[in-house]
Amino acid sequence: MASNITKVTNHISPNEALIFERSQPGRAGFSLPALDVDESSIDEIIPREMQREDALEGMPEVTEVDVVRHFTRMSTWNYSIDQGMYPLGSCTMKYNSRLNEKVARIADFANLHPLASESAAQGALQVIYELQQHLAEITGLPGVSLQPAAGAHGEMTGIMIIRAYIDARDGKEASAQRRTMLIPDSAHGTNPASAHLSGFTVKTIKSTAEGLTDLDHLRELCAHGNVAGLMLTNPNTLGLFERNIQEICRIVHDAGGLVYMDGANMNALVGIARPGDMGVDVIHLNLHKTFSTPHGGGGPGSGPCCCTKELEPFLPVPRVVASTSVGDSDSEHRLKPMLRLDYDYPQSIGRVKAFLGNYGMMLRALAYILTHGYDGLLEATQAAVLNARYIAHGLLTDYDKPFDSDPMHEVVFTDKRQARKGVHTLDIAKRLIDYGFHPMTIYFPLIVSGAMLIEPTESVGRQELDQFIEAMRSIAKEAVEDPELVLNAPHSTRVGRLDEAAAARKPVLRWKPAATESAESRSTASHSS
Amino acid sequence: MASVPDNLHYSKDHEWVRVEGDIAVIGITDHAQDQLGDVVYVELPKAGDEFAANDSFGSVESVKAVSEIFTPVTGKITETNDSLNDEPEKVNKDPYGDGWMIKMTMKSPGEVDSLLTAAEYEDFTKAEE
Repeated sequence: MASNITKVTNHISPNEALIFERSQPGRAGFSLPALDVDESSIDEIIPREMQREDALEGMPEVTEVDVVRHFTRMSTWNYSIDQGMYPLGSCTMKYNSRLNEKVARIADFANLHPLASESAAQGALQVIYELQQHLAEITGLPGVSLQPAAGAHGEMTGIMIIRAYIDARDGKEASAQRRTMLIPDSAHGTNPASAHLSGFTVKTIKSTAEGLTDLDHLRELCAHGNVAGLMLTNPNTLGLFERNIQEICRIVHDAGGLVYMDGANMNALVGIARPGDMGVDVIHLNLHKTFSTPHGGGGPGSGPCCCTKELEPFLPVPRVVASTSVGDSDSEHRLKPMLRLDYDYPQSIGRVKAFLGNYGMMLRALAYILTHGYDGLLEATQAAVLNARYIAHGLLTDYDKPFDSDPMHEVVFTDKRQARKGVHTLDIAKRLIDYGFHPMTIYFPLIVSGAMLIEPTESVGRQELDQFIEAMRSIAKEAVEDPELVLNAPHSTRVGRLDEAAAARKPVLRWKPAATESAESRSTASHSS
Repeated sequence: MASVPDNLHYSKDHEWVRVEGDIAVIGITDHAQDQLGDVVYVELPKAGDEFAANDSFGSVESVKAVSEIFTPVTGKITETNDSLNDEPEKVNKDPYGDGWMIKMTMKSPGEVDSLLTAAEYEDFTKAEE
């Protein structure tokens, strides 16, 4: 490693060894008490074929403090949303408030057994019920299931609902002919995957030079017939609002299809526009994006599915519903609302997740919605769009912006100008690390060559936006004056540029004891030579 | 500048076709591999599989993205380049040689005439930029 690299910290152990490599013979983090029962042979307790024969070879011999130091050191290497701006486009890396975390840790929720009876879980069910109502109001789609575990799962749930609905509407035989799913070429890769897994054939809709869905091409594909539906992200992945959305929905509906909206970009719409009002039939939301629950390593995700009244019978079961029953006390004859799990939906696509979904995320999302209120959610949306436009404006002088129109909550730039000097998107992203920022999303959407997709979210203030713009402008300058500096970035990290191609081509998926490994690589080498 | 050999036919999806009798040898162009970046995995069909022109016959995974690859002609697969399983980097190093992907018997050999010539493909990639 070059000696001129400046470390971000003066950490005692700049490159932590694996826990296996920290092993020291004889070190142990436990001591067993003297045996106080009769000793018996292991063969009497565990069948021979189920016993390990390698004497736990390779298990690290470490003490508690070895383990604590190892993981504490590594924890300081993380870059997280709590440290700074995380402008990953399409990911909506907004701040996850401490209050949400506190709510999720309330012992009465956190310790509730997932199989607790309905009557013992009324409070927990109320959280689900209320969140469902809020999400129905936000999306304008009254049927809600909180079961899906994350975005792609919510997508697939939505597509399965479309398929079940068409089966019921047209009959199985006619429905089996209707197997075309239309997806724009700017879509997230999970869209075609969800469609394919649900038995559909994908046809790709072209984008216009403006970056929007090509209506003529959409009409042409619909004219081919057999269209089950359209999967559309709005704003699309270029950060542009599909302003023809009502016309798009009309074209698909006229062709007998349904419209599924990928809710990944709902952070541009909450409180301002509702997919249900645009003509969308079913949508998934990402609580871990739009509703501020932890994302990435801090997950799990949660991908609720919201749909129209017509599609409601097909939602996953059990559904959390409110029913009223006559109170126990004869003297009062009061109607007492009771929440229960309702399995009685014969047309349902069935259960898509164990228990009721990722419950902790529901608590956090409900806390987010309630603490913001309508005005707060609206303001968050406005700030998210304003911040993206501020960056769009700030980078215009130094970077190529492939689409003229104003972006919504995220903006796409390219490396076109820098590429003339041999500096590409990956290099710019790596150099951004040296300036203390997490890089933006790169090389997505696929239809934009050298794409850099930047989503600041509402969580950053003007000072950070200016710092980010300043860093990007500075990199653009470096790309002209000293391209090597950018091409070899990052310089301030523990390790420099990683060989991503080698990591993908020859992945090392698990640690092996040194002796075994070298023996194996020798045998591999002799085979291939 | 990406190389564009004269003796090949080209598609707008950046595949090349080399005609050897009634066999078409197919791969992706130098321009395509350059745009994709380091190729880390190539998914290919099986011998005997049949494809119509413009069908997706597999995919190329690079450090940037997974992209579908399309057959410029109609026909049946006779052979695939299985060495790409272990050495996908051949697609980057030698896209017109060792990096070939499939061989197919052409159902209607006249189809190649509707593909782009080297000069036309070169103009096409320039216009795309």
